[in-house]
Amino acid sequence: MSAVMRSRTVAWPRRLVHVVLIALALVFLVLFLLLPLATVFVEAFRQGVAPYLEAIKQPEALSAIKLTLLVAVIAVPLNLVFGVAAAWAITRFEFPGKALLGAFIDLPFSVSPVVSGLVYVLLFGAQGWFGPWLDDHGIKIIFAVPGLVLATIFVTLPFVARELIPLMQAQGSEEEEAARVLGASGWQMFFRVTLPNIRWALLYGVLLCNARAMGEFGAVSVVSGHIRGLTTTMPLEVEMRYNEYEYVGAFAIASLLALLALLTLALKSLLEWRYGDEIAAHAPGGH
Amino acid sequence: MTLELSRLHRRFAGFQALDDVSLSIAPGEFLALLGPSGSGKTTLLRILAGLDYPDSGSVHNDGENFLAQPARERRIGMVFQHYALFRHLTVVENIAFGLRVRPWRLRPSRGEIRARVDRLLRRVQLEGMGARYPAQLSGGQRQRVALARALAVEPDMLLLDEPFGALDAQVRVTLRRWLRELHEELELTTVFVTHDQEEALELADRVAVMNNGRIEQVGTPEVIYQQPATPFVCEFIGKVNRFNVWSGNQGFAAGSWSLHDDPWQGRYTEAVAYVRPEQLRLAAPASQPAWEARLRHIYLAGSVAHLDLYVASLDLSLEADVASEDLSRLGLQAGMELRVAPRGAVLFPLDRDGRPLSAERWIWQARSPVPA
Repeated sequence: MSAVMRSRTVAWPRRLVHVVLIALALVFLVLFLLLPLATVFVEAFRQGVAPYLEAIKQPEALSAIKLTLLVAVIAVPLNLVFGVAAAWAITRFEFPGKALLGAFIDLPFSVSPVVSGLVYVLLFGAQGWFGPWLDDHGIKIIFAVPGLVLATIFVTLPFVARELIPLMQAQGSEEEEAARVLGASGWQMFFRVTLPNIRWALLYGVLLCNARAMGEFGAVSVVSGHIRGLTTTMPLEVEMRYNEYEYVGAFAIASLLALLALLTLALKSLLEWRYGDEIAAHAPGGH
Repeated sequence: MTLELSRLHRRFAGFQALDDVSLSIAPGEFLALLGPSGSGKTTLLRILAGLDYPDSGSVHNDGENFLAQPARERRIGMVFQHYALFRHLTVVENIAFGLRVRPWRLRPSRGEIRARVDRLLRRVQLEGMGARYPAQLSGGQRQRVALARALAVEPDMLLLDEPFGALDAQVRVTLRRWLRELHEELELTTVFVTHDQEEALELADRVAVMNNGRIEQVGTPEVIYQQPATPFVCEFIGKVNRFNVWSGNQGFAAGSWSLHDDPWQGRYTEAVAYVRPEQLRLAAPASQPAWEARLRHIYLAGSVAHLDLYVASLDLSLEADVASEDLSRLGLQAGMELRVAPRGAVLFPLDRDGRPLSAERWIWQARSPVPA
């Protein structure tokens, strides 16, 4: 009885700490996350729905949306294939340089996106290593769509692999070996055993990869050249309009990106809630 | 099929998993690969399954090069240590897997697959469990699904990697007997890996004892137990007392106990002797050489009692086993003094560096066995 009483007297300051901490976190969240997010939509609709739709329907806006989708449609599947292959190699084979490969996969997370973009300019730009040769053959990479795709692939490379490696390591290769002894070919083993075991983690990785591919600014900005209607993706279009004091237009497109982010977040939460045990617990580096 | 394994070597980074292993596996036999972890037994099994390859050496199947065949063509059924059931497939789908992945020309019809799966479910006593997922099964049930899955492809040989390792003691014994019966019924060549000597001796027709990538001895369980070929086999199989004996005027002896013999005719001065707990006489007559030993403790373990004996003159602890019912017959009590002498022993002479020489093994038996 006395023990219960004592624990109550101890509990009060402790509960106060709980309340203070929770309040602090909430204030922080509202101030730095929810408020800016709300601002995006408020600013976008400041002059009503008609100007909002008008801003999105402009040809430059439509072409930016198309370009963003095009870049994502190329970059995401490529990184899906690369991510699965890299995760497979790292978790299933022993080879020299394996640790190095694992470390290099993380490189895009640790390098500033601007540097990632610059690297491609130095390689393929007019003054770059391959610049003259590309010029002679009439191939344009920098300040063109291929450059945007390359920069995006580079920046989003780790997402799928980083998601799969811990899971495939934990699952081990026994099931795949069992499939082989039972007579499955390599492809049968992959599609009937490996893929079903990693499908939710793979989807999760692709989701994060896609969100980053569509939202990337830094690397893309360096290689884009900002040619309106040709090489501006949505984030670049937002910046350009903002700089030209076209606030409704800037926030209208920003609101689309924000919607995409919210959708990704919802799907991500759904996956985490439903298949949490099949998804590696850690979330790979920031956007 | 008769498998001839010849001079297999396999090296992993930093350690020799297989070191010159030769072995033949007869059709229909039940062979145990027994050894501590890291002895190479699982590597050997994986090579047979086609999941690993030796650095050198060969495996022939009735004269055909077995290693040249890919895993899927070897007609092997394998049960993995942790069963490796496909977690996203039901029991039925797991068992049918090996049939469904066949090229369409060789694939049985749907109805035929279904019928075969049903037969196997009955055989492994899992009727009505077909729609469950592996996560919904107990350890023993999972093991039987793994076995049914391996049998579904009608293999020529069954490989089992520590088949009972992950089960609790009761289930283990039941499944062991059941597997033995299944083997007698199917007459399928079966090779299983285990670190449990009791399991190997009880189940197998033949046991290959492995240590540090080498086969120490191959033989029937009786031979392995009664005529161990090396000190390692003596120590690994069953419990054993170990002590040294020295050559004297009347042959080899240890303290007041003497063997009255020297089969090596003076070539060695020291040997190591292994005596099983059930080979110790506890009330040797005064006419026979024996040790004075003190009975320090009696550990009663069901039908058997383990006696902890101490020979003060040699500073030697011994363990003796007697049937529990003999305790009162012999009037045994902790603290009493006994005249103790081995009835039999396995001895290996020691070379000058103190290494035991397996090739010079001597199996000694007391001349006139008198009941204790």
